[in-house]
Amino acid sequence: MRSVEPQTESEVAEILKRANQEGSAVIPRGGGTKLHWGNAPARADVSLSLARMNRVLEHAWADLTVTVEAGCTMAELQRTLAGHGQRLAVDPLWPEKATVGGVLSTNDTGVLRYRYGGLRDLVIGATLALADGTLAASGGKVVKNVAGYDLPKLVTGAYGTLGVITQATFRLHPSPKKTKNVTANFDSLAEAQRVLLRVLDTQIVPAALQLRTNGGATQMDALFEGTEEGIRAQIETLRQIVRVSEASADVWQRPEAGAKLSTLPSRIAETLAGLNGTAVMQATGLGWVSSSSVDSPNLAELRKKVESSGGSLVLMGRRDGLDAWGTPGDTLPLMRAIKQRFDPRGTLNPGVYLGGI
Amino acid sequence: MTAQILSELLAILGPQGLISTPDEMRTYENDALTNFRVMPEAVVLPTSTEQVQAVLRICHRERIPFVARGSGTGLSGGALPVTGGIVVSLARMKRILEVDFENQRMVVEPGVINLDVTARVASRGYFYAPDPSSQSVCSIGGNVAENAGGAHCLKYGFTTTHVLGLEVVLADGTLVHMGSQTLDAPGYDLPGVFVGSEGTLGVATKVTLRIVKRPEFVQTLLAAFASTNEAGAAVSGIIAAGMLPAAIEMMDTLAIEAAEAAVHANYPPCGGLLLVELDGPVAEVATLMEEVAAICRANGTSEIRVSKNDEERMLVWKGRKAAFAAMGRLSPNYIVQDGVIPRTALPAILSEMEQLSAAAGLRVANVFHAGDGNLHPLVLYDRRIEGQEKAAEQLAERILELCIEKGGSITGEHGVGEEKKHMMGKMYAEPDLATMNRLRCAFDPLSLANPTKVFPRPRMCGEQPGEYKPHPIEIAGLAERY
Repeated sequence: MRSVEPQTESEVAEILKRANQEGSAVIPRGGGTKLHWGNAPARADVSLSLARMNRVLEHAWADLTVTVEAGCTMAELQRTLAGHGQRLAVDPLWPEKATVGGVLSTNDTGVLRYRYGGLRDLVIGATLALADGTLAASGGKVVKNVAGYDLPKLVTGAYGTLGVITQATFRLHPSPKKTKNVTANFDSLAEAQRVLLRVLDTQIVPAALQLRTNGGATQMDALFEGTEEGIRAQIETLRQIVRVSEASADVWQRPEAGAKLSTLPSRIAETLAGLNGTAVMQATGLGWVSSSSVDSPNLAELRKKVESSGGSLVLMGRRDGLDAWGTPGDTLPLMRAIKQRFDPRGTLNPGVYLGGI
Repeated sequence: MTAQILSELLAILGPQGLISTPDEMRTYENDALTNFRVMPEAVVLPTSTEQVQAVLRICHRERIPFVARGSGTGLSGGALPVTGGIVVSLARMKRILEVDFENQRMVVEPGVINLDVTARVASRGYFYAPDPSSQSVCSIGGNVAENAGGAHCLKYGFTTTHVLGLEVVLADGTLVHMGSQTLDAPGYDLPGVFVGSEGTLGVATKVTLRIVKRPEFVQTLLAAFASTNEAGAAVSGIIAAGMLPAAIEMMDTLAIEAAEAAVHANYPPCGGLLLVELDGPVAEVATLMEEVAAICRANGTSEIRVSKNDEERMLVWKGRKAAFAAMGRLSPNYIVQDGVIPRTALPAILSEMEQLSAAAGLRVANVFHAGDGNLHPLVLYDRRIEGQEKAAEQLAERILELCIEKGGSITGEHGVGEEKKHMMGKMYAEPDLATMNRLRCAFDPLSLANPTKVFPRPRMCGEQPGEYKPHPIEIAGLAERY
């Protein structure tokens, strides 16, 4: 596989155009932290690294937006934003290596999603290099904008199969003035879930809320952000429901995960019953199943159960005999039609995505 | 439209579900942007997904364009019929199908009215967050088409943030289920592109919505300033202090006058009125409200009022939400504009608008969602005075050009529709528009769904519509799918 490291978006476009003409398959990459996610590419001729396109182009702090090149690492971006007391409210894996483009393309969000939404809710603009060398901007630099199709959302989580993100614009949030973590302990996951649902039905607004479980013993963690008074009052309210103690920020360490699980908050216990391993589930219903302790047959079984109740299980690392994505729904022909229109020759990450896209 | 097709439609929909006489179709000639009118060939009012599918299959077979319509409150002509086409009104599909409090989700049909969603869950302390000013009449289906916003989207996000899944009938009658009850359904984010696509990608027949627990406490502050400049500086101060209010709204003298005349909101007369709403835990709101008041004082406010109860708060909002309609009291005609700028460009664009207004001899009233830079200038004119309508249209358009020059957008929440499609080429370059068109062609290769809207000129989709073509290596058995 040949490697290229362009420095400008027109170079990216030129590389894609040539590869597309000669029928070569291109594997876009940022920090290379998640190249083992998705299915193995059907073909791989050119490794296209965005690593040298790593500038923060414009931090419009007074407008709470930032425009950044795709190859900038998340940590570097956050350091820049912190200079004005702001942040991009996502906490993906491996921030020192993972790049903006890679995080967007794999839609890797962390625990802050509960309060601040996903990348789809934070990205407001993107420039794409299509397989035929077209450079297309979409969205913009303002938070509110309904002119034209929302292509930044389309490419979020698209694994680079529709185009290569060369730069993106995000809405930002002020960094919290104060934070506090608390933890509660439960003997069973079912009991923890009951309490979680009660907490969800209150008016307290944690920034993150999760269950850590091995199927039996379970912890519930809550992260509060805001003013001293607000945090104290919310923890008081929480204490009327469950006994909690103060915890360190370590509780939010993401586990070495084998799969991302999505279910309804009310079905967490039912879904994970009999799980032979550990899992961390966010109150959003999204979570991660540990990689070390769960074997492939176990994952296949879990996927069947999750899918039957409307959820999904997506691998974070390849496993023999297991598709990364699971069973496609009735939108697969439409997704293939989109791929066909954006990348008719299958130049970008062929075979990596859902349904062989 | 042939009698044969009409009788087919009649068979599908029954006499209650089909309108085809010009007299009865008059209501459907336009949406709330009344200067565009087109008489449709027929209006259908389906009551089920199956009926929508059956109608669209006929459209597909006969190559008849169709326009979906909710309550018709749109301000950009999105629901304007297309010549030779039919209107699919979703007004009769208005059932709330499912309420799941535990998971904070609801499933509704597209004809359900925005406020009725909240009404259904209010007793348990929940609400549906997107709150366009027309929320007492506009429908969820229309909100989905336009990605409707509202005053509180600064904190809570737009319609797209609150739509988890969609049942959609595509232009060929195929039924698909986008997104899911759960987050991050594998594959492309189809709800992400469908919401806000202005009826060009298909017809939504069911929508899964997210509902939100009401905050413990909500409080609204009114602050009067000598001009919108000082008010704008106060907004910058609030943002710089690291706060994210639930809403920040601003009105200028004319807008205040109109709102006063219409609903007697008891606003203090001033040059720039700021309305800041905070919500959350009582203890937090109390602390931050003091900080907001201090920032307003530092920027020279002449009067501050903090709502003491919900009644006072509602009155404040009543004035704000009535501001558009209230313009009728100041002027026989007016254009409601919708543009976006980076918030920091506010002083510059306001002074430019002032000059334009003076030069054109037309009054411009301003209502803004100041937190996110969404402007709603209202250009007042009198149609009876020759040349004024034209001058008003030009002025309104020039304001949008200013928004583009400042790095903003031609629409923040009203959509492109018919009205602004000629502006799209000023905001986006040709390759940008061509790329968007690829998406449209993937959904609707025959261009039947609201075909003349959003884009500056009709675009064909070229060869290879629809069908997926396998890569040669799949055929050779070198790669497999699933």
